[in-house]
Amino acid sequence: MTLQTIARAAEGHEIPVVHPIAADGVFSWLWLIIALPLLGAVVLLAGGALAKGALDKVGHWIGTATAVGSFALSLTLFVSLLGREESERQIGQHLFTWFQVGGLDVGLDLLYDPLSALFLLLITGVGSLIHVYSIGYMEHDERRRRFFGYLNLFVAAMLVLVLGANYLVVFLGWEGVGLASYLLIGFWQHKHSAAAAAKKAFVINRVGDIGLSLAIALMFTTFGSTDFAVISEQTGSASQSTLNALGLLLLLGACGKSAQVPLQAWLLDAMEGPTPVSALIHAATMVTAGVYLVVRSNFIYELTPVAQTVVVIVATVTLLWGAILGCAKDDIKKALAGSTMSQIGYMMLAAGLGVAGYPFAIFHLLTHGFFKANMFLGAGSVMHGMNDDVDMRHYGGLRTYMPVTFLTFAMGYLAIIGFPGFSGFWSKDKIIETALAENWVVGLCALAGAGITGFYMTRLMLMTFFGEKRWEDGVHPHESPRLMTVPLIVLAALSVLGGVLLLGDFVVEFLAPVTGAAEHHEPPLPAIVITLLAVAVVAVGVGAAWVLVGRREIPRVAPTEVSFATRAARADLYGDAINEGLVVSPGRSLVGGLTSFDRFGVDGVVEGGSAGVGGLSTILRRVQNGFVRSYALSLLGGVLLVVLALLAVNLA
Amino acid sequence: MTHYIVLSAILFTIGCVGVLVRRNAIVVFMCIELMLNASNLALVTFAKQHGNLDGQIAAFFVMVVAAAEVVIGLAIIMTIFRTRRSASVDDASLLKY
Repeated sequence: MTLQTIARAAEGHEIPVVHPIAADGVFSWLWLIIALPLLGAVVLLAGGALAKGALDKVGHWIGTATAVGSFALSLTLFVSLLGREESERQIGQHLFTWFQVGGLDVGLDLLYDPLSALFLLLITGVGSLIHVYSIGYMEHDERRRRFFGYLNLFVAAMLVLVLGANYLVVFLGWEGVGLASYLLIGFWQHKHSAAAAAKKAFVINRVGDIGLSLAIALMFTTFGSTDFAVISEQTGSASQSTLNALGLLLLLGACGKSAQVPLQAWLLDAMEGPTPVSALIHAATMVTAGVYLVVRSNFIYELTPVAQTVVVIVATVTLLWGAILGCAKDDIKKALAGSTMSQIGYMMLAAGLGVAGYPFAIFHLLTHGFFKANMFLGAGSVMHGMNDDVDMRHYGGLRTYMPVTFLTFAMGYLAIIGFPGFSGFWSKDKIIETALAENWVVGLCALAGAGITGFYMTRLMLMTFFGEKRWEDGVHPHESPRLMTVPLIVLAALSVLGGVLLLGDFVVEFLAPVTGAAEHHEPPLPAIVITLLAVAVVAVGVGAAWVLVGRREIPRVAPTEVSFATRAARADLYGDAINEGLVVSPGRSLVGGLTSFDRFGVDGVVEGGSAGVGGLSTILRRVQNGFVRSYALSLLGGVLLVVLALLAVNLA
Repeated sequence: MTHYIVLSAILFTIGCVGVLVRRNAIVVFMCIELMLNASNLALVTFAKQHGNLDGQIAAFFVMVVAAAEVVIGLAIIMTIFRTRRSASVDDASLLKY
């Protein structure tokens, strides 16, 4: 079977069509990858009523076992997929008909192709490590069983998201991860801030979800189906305005889930959740769903340069926005969250660059999943030793007290700033190179972002692990238990070695059946010069951090006499204020106005009318005075009136 | 002929005024009868004038209805008098507002 393609006349390259072959052999176990964590979630969340005591003791092991089982299965399938011909690497599995309404026939279909294969490995692999870590991290939490139930629910939903073969199944997973994210951000709901952050994340995500659901509706009216296979075949025949609308609506959905400007405000608040949640959901997997959506919808984006340009703009703004936030935050998790936002900006940027960028978006997504999960878990380990203090101004000099955490964190740090040889170096370098080749303004922004990354990550490292001790009284930092350090070590190893995916252009060629093969654009400078330039920019950032943070004394309380830039960055670049001013206040005024109109306008007419009739009848009932003679008089009057009227008519 | 009509009108007016100004239920009742009979007189007069029997037949109907009405009306007045010791129509004014 040959790969079916759409010839794209203007650009000359071809967009692959999704054309899955039926699952057989080991691939028929595809559904089990989702079913395992789902089963775990059901048992852990619903089973409490039956055997609470026993489940509380072993619940976390059940949760971990299902995640590890899913990972083993994903690995088996991945190896089997590698053994197949490139043209046979799209495997579909039809589980059952979900619903059938009129012309809309939606099946619960799964699609296993190179893109979802990589995602599966990331989700279940990093997910399993974080499950193991959580056993130690959540040890003293009496609701640990529920926590693992939610984690399993999240993993199952995320797997549905990346395995769905039509947009509605993707949407099912999309909403599922949103729910799990909400439940886990607000896991410590007794804290007001956590409950508020969960609600904020949920509400802002709804805005994005409106985009995705409208896109799905538009797909149905345009193509009569939501299947990737059907849509990818027919996009060539759709009108340009429809494609533009689809691309922009999907981008809105992606912005919500991936915390891209303008829907970025929820991510930093989401750090209220337990740290493993921040690592799994708000760094490694869920927030990258937007990137997945854009790459998966390549058959739409390739045909709509307008939407692609918007993706690139959004991504560039976000990558700088997040990086600037990261520079000013003193909360270690919020600094990392700003960094996450920025790195997702890089992925989005690559995804917006089209065929040449897709593989690197996914590549950076994978390496980022490794090193950011590593650093978040490292931050969790630090917090664990510092009595859950998150303020970096209270850290300092921790490297000798937490050697394992320090060393693993350092691996993540070197990876994210793009130290030559580490995974982040390869992935970010490729994105910058591609961006420069496509558009030098965007490329320079990406390059500047790399420098800022070097600055804020070095600042974070220096404030946490180096310098003088600025600890609170009574804090005795200690290394975390083995259950927490082993996942750190594994992730650190992956952060270092993630670059091997690029050996022999493996990622690019592996993803070619999904994203298509790119014609090579020559960058304006030789690749080696760009690489050296990137390293030099990062070195400047690191050096600046050393001069500004490392060589100075760090005050234990954040100074208030600071420049406007710092104040703006501390206030999330006024993201909340912008939302408040542009959306919340007008919305509140509108609702207030509508309520007043309803109260005084609509109700006024109705209630005024009834009050008028009531008052009139109060006056009129006085006529019924009970005196027969007055009734007789009115009768007489009436008769006279009738007679006079008759006479008047007859005589006229 | 005119005399009959004038008499009828006078009788009717007396009955009408009686109903409006008198308080005693029996007198009011009698005034109503007066009005009925005044209209009977007018009907018969017009029947004679037109030379047909329609008016006379109508007068018969009025008489029959008046007889029935007298029976029921007097019974009601009797009952009210027994319970309230009064035949004044203004005293029976509970059914209001």
